[in-house]
Amino acid sequence: MKRHISLTVFAAALALSGAASAQDFVQSGTSERLPQTDGEAIYNAICSGCHMPDGAGAIGAGAYPALAGNANLEAADYPIYLIINGQKAMPPLGSYLDDAQIASVVNYIRHNLGNNFEGETDAAYVAQSR
Amino acid sequence: MENTAGMTRRHLLTMVGYAAGASAMYTAMAGMGYAGTSSYEGPLELTGDPKGASVLILGAGLAGMTAAYELGKAGYKVQVLEYREKAGGRCWTLRGGDTYTELGDFKQDVKFAEGNYLNGGPWRIPTDHHAVLDYCKRFGVKLEPFIQQNYYAYLHNSEAFEGKPQRFREIQADYRGQIAELLAKAVHQDKLDELVTEEDAEALVTSLKSYGVLNDDLEYVKSDAVSLYRGWAVEPGGGDDPAPEPSDIISLKDIVQGRLWKDLLVGETIDHQQAIFQPVGGMDMIAQAFAREIGDIVTYNAKVIRINGTDTGVEATYVSANGGTEETTVTADYCICTIPFSILGQIENNFSGEMQSAIDSVYYETSIKIGLEFKRRFWEQDDHIFGGISYTNLPITLISYPSSDFFSDGPGVLLGCYSWGAASYQFNAIAPEERIEHALEYGSQIHPQYREEYSNGVSVAWHRVPWVLGCYGIWHDKAANYADAVKMDQRTLMAGEHMSDLPAWQEGAILSALNAVKRLHATVTGAEAAAPAPEGN
Ligand SMILES: Cc1cc2nc3c(=O)[nH]c(=O)nc-3n(C[C@H](O)[C@H](O)[C@H](O)COP(=O)(O)OP(=O)(O)OC[C@H]3O[C@@H](n4cnc5c(N)ncnc54)[C@H](O)[C@@H]3O)c2cc1C
Ligand code: HEC
Repeated sequence: MKRHISLTVFAAALALSGAASAQDFVQSGTSERLPQTDGEAIYNAICSGCHMPDGAGAIGAGAYPALAGNANLEAADYPIYLIINGQKAMPPLGSYLDDAQIASVVNYIRHNLGNNFEGETDAAYVAQSR
Repeated sequence: MENTAGMTRRHLLTMVGYAAGASAMYTAMAGMGYAGTSSYEGPLELTGDPKGASVLILGAGLAGMTAAYELGKAGYKVQVLEYREKAGGRCWTLRGGDTYTELGDFKQDVKFAEGNYLNGGPWRIPTDHHAVLDYCKRFGVKLEPFIQQNYYAYLHNSEAFEGKPQRFREIQADYRGQIAELLAKAVHQDKLDELVTEEDAEALVTSLKSYGVLNDDLEYVKSDAVSLYRGWAVEPGGGDDPAPEPSDIISLKDIVQGRLWKDLLVGETIDHQQAIFQPVGGMDMIAQAFAREIGDIVTYNAKVIRINGTDTGVEATYVSANGGTEETTVTADYCICTIPFSILGQIENNFSGEMQSAIDSVYYETSIKIGLEFKRRFWEQDDHIFGGISYTNLPITLISYPSSDFFSDGPGVLLGCYSWGAASYQFNAIAPEERIEHALEYGSQIHPQYREEYSNGVSVAWHRVPWVLGCYGIWHDKAANYADAVKMDQRTLMAGEHMSDLPAWQEGAILSALNAVKRLHATVTGAEAAAPAPEGN
């Protein structure tokens, strides 16, 4: 009975929201996890707010480092640590992304944005850093 | 209570307990920062000779300008360095004709009609923020009511009530009434023996009857009495107009399952209770008044890049904020630094190791505000909403209606999104045009008039604000680091909202500055003994 109701409600919500973008955004005050799973999509849903599209970085009174062509991305451990714990003006983001999402976005920045470092990381590895 | 007939009493009480607990939790989180009242003790009276001492103030936000004003009044030589082209920092209002370029070179031209505005950051001042209100009074900043709670505004969950927004007053009355009914019946049937003595039980039932608007059978049912709280199905008229008819009530089950109780209490936290105020014409009226009062002592477009303290003074070096490389160095006997730690941590300095650790232990919360101008004030004309806030589970979190110029024909500006957390990160990550498009898409689920009436809009994504890199400071471990940051480091004291127990409020910025000024003055006049303990603000 209960299950039946929630499925109906879910279907109604889908019909209502319609546009694809609604699914790309989290709802307010409920789940804090982002819906994206693909590395590039995750980058553009959260990292680009500070590191900018294409990892260009930005400079004002303070700066966000460029991730494009960034030698510090050689080892995956460094971005994994930063995403989970934050560092200085970078907030901890581990509550918005699960282990698999963190692995995806780390693989994305290390293999794209003008970077071409070896090796892949995965959810199991990220889990050890939590 | 026909709608809940199928449920057992225990089931209902469990639901209510769940709702109440979650509601308290949400309310605690709903206002940013912490809920606390101000320690303000009235205008500073600094006695004693500053002996010609000079003070350099970094940042011309409210903290910096409060320090500048009070020190200037006490006879100090004061100079202020500010990165922006104008004073106020986060106390900032965007109006038609302004341009705002966020990090990433995303430029927005504000096209609002004359008189309309968006408060990009602070927008409301609670009654118990005594320092802000006192400066407003002393500087002649005119205040008007900020409508926080509007019983005609909406509560909306896209996944409940077929996505239809519900009026606040209906949910409010029905939620309260049915919870009162449950409780009254439980007491009446001696179900709460252990909690209520026999003498108290009758008094409690009487009060619950009144509180929940229950009938003589202790039921919350469709009635004239209840309609006086939740509204009528047929409104009262005159002459031979139809007689008023009471409205149907919404079942507790639907309210609880639709989570519409979630935002009922926001307006009841001490930071949001009526009376609550806004400056007439925009929050930056406060910044403008401070800038006028402190006079011509601010160097604008000055990006501080280095701070070097010694035993006898402080030197700060700046370059042009517009990209120059030519360095200018300013010296003073003392320094009050209000630069947000997100930025200070990137500035070359010789602060103590403890101070540097403290600076590095603060990051800044995310936040997004989107102002949307509409050709007509349809929320007033069609929905009868005059000011106040509608809440939704959609990523925009809320829609706030302007608290001024009621009934005017002209275009009006809504706050079409004000989010934190994950949704805000997402809004920060996309270009300004896309933010507006999303705000329109979501908002039109509550107000279908949106698309037809939209004129223009602007957004402030706080992680992309070039001179703060976020909304307000969050300490990873305040207990470990805050006291170190409060201490004078050689000749420098920190101030700003992050240096207070009222972070994310202008009151906190001002209180931190007043506290720093008092301690600096005590040091200069040799009255250190009278200085309050570091945590004393
Ligand atoms: C979205 C939002 C909503 C808010 N809502 C409310 C509210 O409703 N009510 C309320 O009371 N408060 C509210 N606040 C909080 C309030 O805005 C702040 O607490 C207060 O304005 C902070 O003042 P400040 O002087 O500490 O910092 P700021 O105003 O940030 O001042 C710091 C100054 O330092 C300057 N600076 C930075 N780097 C440099 C550099 N390198 N060189 C020189 N200068 C530099 C900056 O340009 C800025 O002017 C809100 C804030 C936000 C962001
Ligand atoms: C709120 C802004 C913000 C967001 C969002 C953000 N970062 Fe950062 N990031 C920063 C800042 C600021 C720094 C510099 C930290 C420092 O000074 O040590 C940084 C540093 C980094 C660095 C180190 C760069 C270097 O050269 O050492 C990496 C890697 C990084 N971020 C990856 C990410 C990834 C991946 C994401 C998305 C999951 C992300 N960041 C999201 C602000 C942000």
